[in-house]
Amino acid sequence: MSLKEIKDLINTHLPEMVREVISTTTPATFLVDSSRIVELCSFLRTEKQLYFDSLSCLTGLDNGPEKGIMEVVYTLYSIPYNYSLNIRCELDRTLPQIPSVSTVWRTADWHEREAFDLFGINFLNHPDLRRILLPTDWEGFPLLKDYSHQEKYHGITVKY
Amino acid sequence: MANPIQYIYNEDHLRNSETTKFGEKDLKTGEMIINIGPQHPSTHGVLRLEVVTDGEMIVDVVPHIGYLHRCFEKHSESLPYNQIIPYVDRMDYLAAMNSEHAYAMGVERMLGIEKDIPKRVEYIRVLVAELNRLASHFVAIGTYGMDVGAMTSFFWMMRDREHILRLLEWICGARMLYNYIWVGGLYYDLPVGFEERCREFIQYLEPKVREMDKLLIENKIFVERTANVGVLPLDLAINYGVTGPMLRASGLNFDLRKVDGYSVYPEIDFDVPIGKGEMGTKGDCWDRTYVRMQECYQSIKIISQCLDQLQGAHKRTRDLNPKEMVPKKIRPKAQDLYVRAENPKGELGYYFRADGKTDQPFRCKARAPSFVNLSVISEIAKGGLIADLIAIIGSIDLVLGEVDR
Repeated sequence: MSLKEIKDLINTHLPEMVREVISTTTPATFLVDSSRIVELCSFLRTEKQLYFDSLSCLTGLDNGPEKGIMEVVYTLYSIPYNYSLNIRCELDRTLPQIPSVSTVWRTADWHEREAFDLFGINFLNHPDLRRILLPTDWEGFPLLKDYSHQEKYHGITVKY
Repeated sequence: MANPIQYIYNEDHLRNSETTKFGEKDLKTGEMIINIGPQHPSTHGVLRLEVVTDGEMIVDVVPHIGYLHRCFEKHSESLPYNQIIPYVDRMDYLAAMNSEHAYAMGVERMLGIEKDIPKRVEYIRVLVAELNRLASHFVAIGTYGMDVGAMTSFFWMMRDREHILRLLEWICGARMLYNYIWVGGLYYDLPVGFEERCREFIQYLEPKVREMDKLLIENKIFVERTANVGVLPLDLAINYGVTGPMLRASGLNFDLRKVDGYSVYPEIDFDVPIGKGEMGTKGDCWDRTYVRMQECYQSIKIISQCLDQLQGAHKRTRDLNPKEMVPKKIRPKAQDLYVRAENPKGELGYYFRADGKTDQPFRCKARAPSFVNLSVISEIAKGGLIADLIAIIGSIDLVLGEVDR
């Protein structure tokens, strides 16, 4: 299926879901309405013509304080049709939150925990949103562009 | 003056830095929490597992990871593209060539020079990547044998792996962390006489692999220990995003070398072994080890075809400079790119964002196969025995450097 056909298929079932198609990326990206992401993902996964049965990657992104936008990019892949697609959601940097898609793909569970850990993105309705790579009592979210690390961690100087 | 004592012990630090998910009030009568790792030889690194048990049965497994977190993604935001390659090596340290190959391919695709790489360079890349895949599978199979009680397999596999590491050392000077595949080419052409020596080696290797196959994979004790243990059904595997030999053991013929056909893989003839459940249920621990063993034969086949090409149509010439296509300045246009390649552990992906203004990636995320493969452990270990948990960890073939990045 071509990109435009996929976009039309989504928009007929879920009106005004895809806001923009960005074709400079590889694979191509759909910019979508982040509040209805679960609805969209379960549609993409179950629709017979698309069947995006695996979530390859979930990337958090911070565009810095000037732009004030954080992003979550879902890289989907359909094994039977051999086709990939990026879904991009833009979040407000002051209160980054988005519904969790871990009910659609279980892969999202750990990937969302990682994005929470490193960016502080709050995934609503996530079954187990704890820090995954950093210690539980670490302060701040390291992959933010304006991150500065804490002075001491349990009495150990952090800066080496 | 700086305080000479860096750290003052406080019991609360242990509890606060990595709390367990389950507490006393979550447990039913007869249940208890057992902590395995992070310092334990059978966890293959610094993996810590919080296991809720009822007698010998496993009720739940919660992996705690991050003990080897080295901030790869944060570092890569302040380094030029070519200087990230050594960091990439240290993710999957057992298969550094494969990680480099995927990374270099991604940056080349962003620059639009992927098609201009000389054929000889591509064949050398595939050759070294497959040698490294063999080395990685040897560690996986050897240590797995040791996990379930077979000592010989470990020694034999390590002996043959050492040959491979020495060959790779001859190529680039390092045993495990190579920095050999560069963006746009290679550090250097193969040393003179390498092709002949490598062909000699694979002629030696094939009977050894066959011997190992007989000794371990078809061994009755090994079969009894691993068949029907840790069964991973195909739908669960896809839902969890499991890839690589683990996915193929569950019965799906899915190999990115075939599906994407990157580099020179379309010109090479090889098969994709899948698990059939010959000894037990499809997708059990035996199938996963079996698939890895079969892949060793396929890698040998690929290596011998690469050598044919490197000694035939793409012979060493005086005027070939493997560094010719290496760009002086790596500055891709503003774009996003997701690149993936088949690593020994599964699908290794990089998500790049380039802003077009600097030589550093704006964001570089690594989708590590071991990280995703590990997440399925609670599903396949639940309801089994504690003794089987060790067999399951080994069959996943983890590299903690990649899980924690």
